Amino acid sequence: MGQAVLAVLAVSGVATMLALILVVAERFIARYGSCTIDINQGTRRITLEGGKSLLNVLTEEKLFIPSACGGRGTCGYCKVTIREGGGPVLPTETPFLTADEQKQGVRLSCQVKVRNDLVIEIPEELLSVREYTAVCDKIEDLTYDMKRFILRLQEPDHIDYVPGQYVQLLCPPYPGSDEEVYRAYSIASDPAETGRVDLIIRRVPNGICTTWCFEHLQEGQAVRINGPYGEFRLSDNPAPALFIAGGSGMAPFVSILHQMEHAHDTRPVRYFYGGNQVRDLCLLDEMKRFEEHLKDFTFIPVVAEPGPEESWDGRRGLVTEAVSEEFDNLADYEAYLCGSPGMIDAAIKIVKSLGIDKARIYYDKFA
Amino acid sequence: MSLSQELQTALVVCFSAVFTQNILLTLFLGMCPFTSVSREVRTALGLGGAVVFVMTCTVVLNWMAYHWLLVKLDLEFFRFVLFIVIIAAFVQFVEMVIDRYSPRLYQNLGIFLPLITVNCAILGASLFMVIRDYTLLVSLGWGFGAGVGWLLAILAMAGIRQRLDESRVPVGLRGPGITLIIAGLMALAFIGFSGVLG
Repeated sequence: MGQAVLAVLAVSGVATMLALILVVAERFIARYGSCTIDINQGTRRITLEGGKSLLNVLTEEKLFIPSACGGRGTCGYCKVTIREGGGPVLPTETPFLTADEQKQGVRLSCQVKVRNDLVIEIPEELLSVREYTAVCDKIEDLTYDMKRFILRLQEPDHIDYVPGQYVQLLCPPYPGSDEEVYRAYSIASDPAETGRVDLIIRRVPNGICTTWCFEHLQEGQAVRINGPYGEFRLSDNPAPALFIAGGSGMAPFVSILHQMEHAHDTRPVRYFYGGNQVRDLCLLDEMKRFEEHLKDFTFIPVVAEPGPEESWDGRRGLVTEAVSEEFDNLADYEAYLCGSPGMIDAAIKIVKSLGIDKARIYYDKFA
Repeated sequence: MSLSQELQTALVVCFSAVFTQNILLTLFLGMCPFTSVSREVRTALGLGGAVVFVMTCTVVLNWMAYHWLLVKLDLEFFRFVLFIVIIAAFVQFVEMVIDRYSPRLYQNLGIFLPLITVNCAILGASLFMVIRDYTLLVSLGWGFGAGVGWLLAILAMAGIRQRLDESRVPVGLRGPGITLIIAGLMALAFIGFSGVLG
């Protein structure tokens, strides 16, 4: 008995002592003092206590760097350029950085610890990225596995974005998922309505965020988004445009078409929209309306293989096949692509072979 | 035992730990990092370096805790718990220190430290120190030698595996399969040392 008590006391004593040493060490050793982060040559300066990751620091300062993995160094999105004070590139970063990027000082901000003063550069448009609270005003069924979520912004109550850009939606923990995740969705609303953000979301089997959107998110519920992000947008060049999309890749084009309508944009647009079956296509009526209101816009839905119950008198096959049947030469065109990575890769190949220069192919890949 | 005798024993133990009693190739401890982190010489060197350092220090620390605490209190059977706790705390502490004071060393060594907290070779080294009844000085030699032996083995393996990339390995043996066969061959080769220190 005595020995048992002694044993417990001895071991817990040693463990407590070691824990104490670690706590004290953390206090004194892991103190980095005050550090200053200079962003974009003095546009913004942050002074803070060192020791955290750069990504966390920037997020706390409401500077939203895109990140899908939450700082674990697995998505490779949170790139920033560090001019001074970043230290050597870590082995955890190298898989995500090209040789060129490493030379320019591009780093993954989640892997960089703020331990001294830093001089960093982040893309200008990220400085205008903000966090918004909104209410999910309405949820509409578009197809059997796609819904449109209409969000009304609360605070701030309006958003400035370029049609084609995306926002990140915060998916809170819910039964079945115990962490917060952010997922990116293109804005699919009329840019003239600045207090409203529409998201077109296709259900991904077992997807963390889409499951939440489809099963837990209710009309009237508060949500949080941040944005806008992304380079995908209509160019200023009035050259004829070829849009290619599949499934929920429709989203950015809705916004872009609204923009064209407001601006009385007269450039010719051919929009190829593909689905496996007729039931995969959404917003066909809305597209018909754009055909009537835009000067030179043709919407071409393409169905790979209509289901046995479905009637379809439109085009059949893959979108890429439809494009190569329709055109012999696309040299004057600019191509805008949005859809799954597989579709985009196939589409890039086709439009390149039809003579569109690489610099004039714009796309958003949704992995 | 006089000091010079003890020193001599320590050197012999150290030498034999590297070659004849190699902790990896004759005792087969620490196999998982050995098979998974031996793809590149550079990372193998980093991990091996971390093992040498941690093994040397923890064997000495554990010797002190064992002889000055557990033996005195008649609690030898608690050594497993105590050794693991000490190893974990030590690794945490070292990680903190080098993260703070030497980012460059942290870059090369630091990311491997959490990996080896749970490495059985580290705990094994401390347990052998008890079983074989080493003195403090001899334990130091043993810990260092065992670490160096482990480093040597993983370095050799990484060198071989880098060359293996260019050779044609039968499909079924690629990856862990061929690695284990090579480890076996290396172990056989190390047995050749066994007569050196009779």
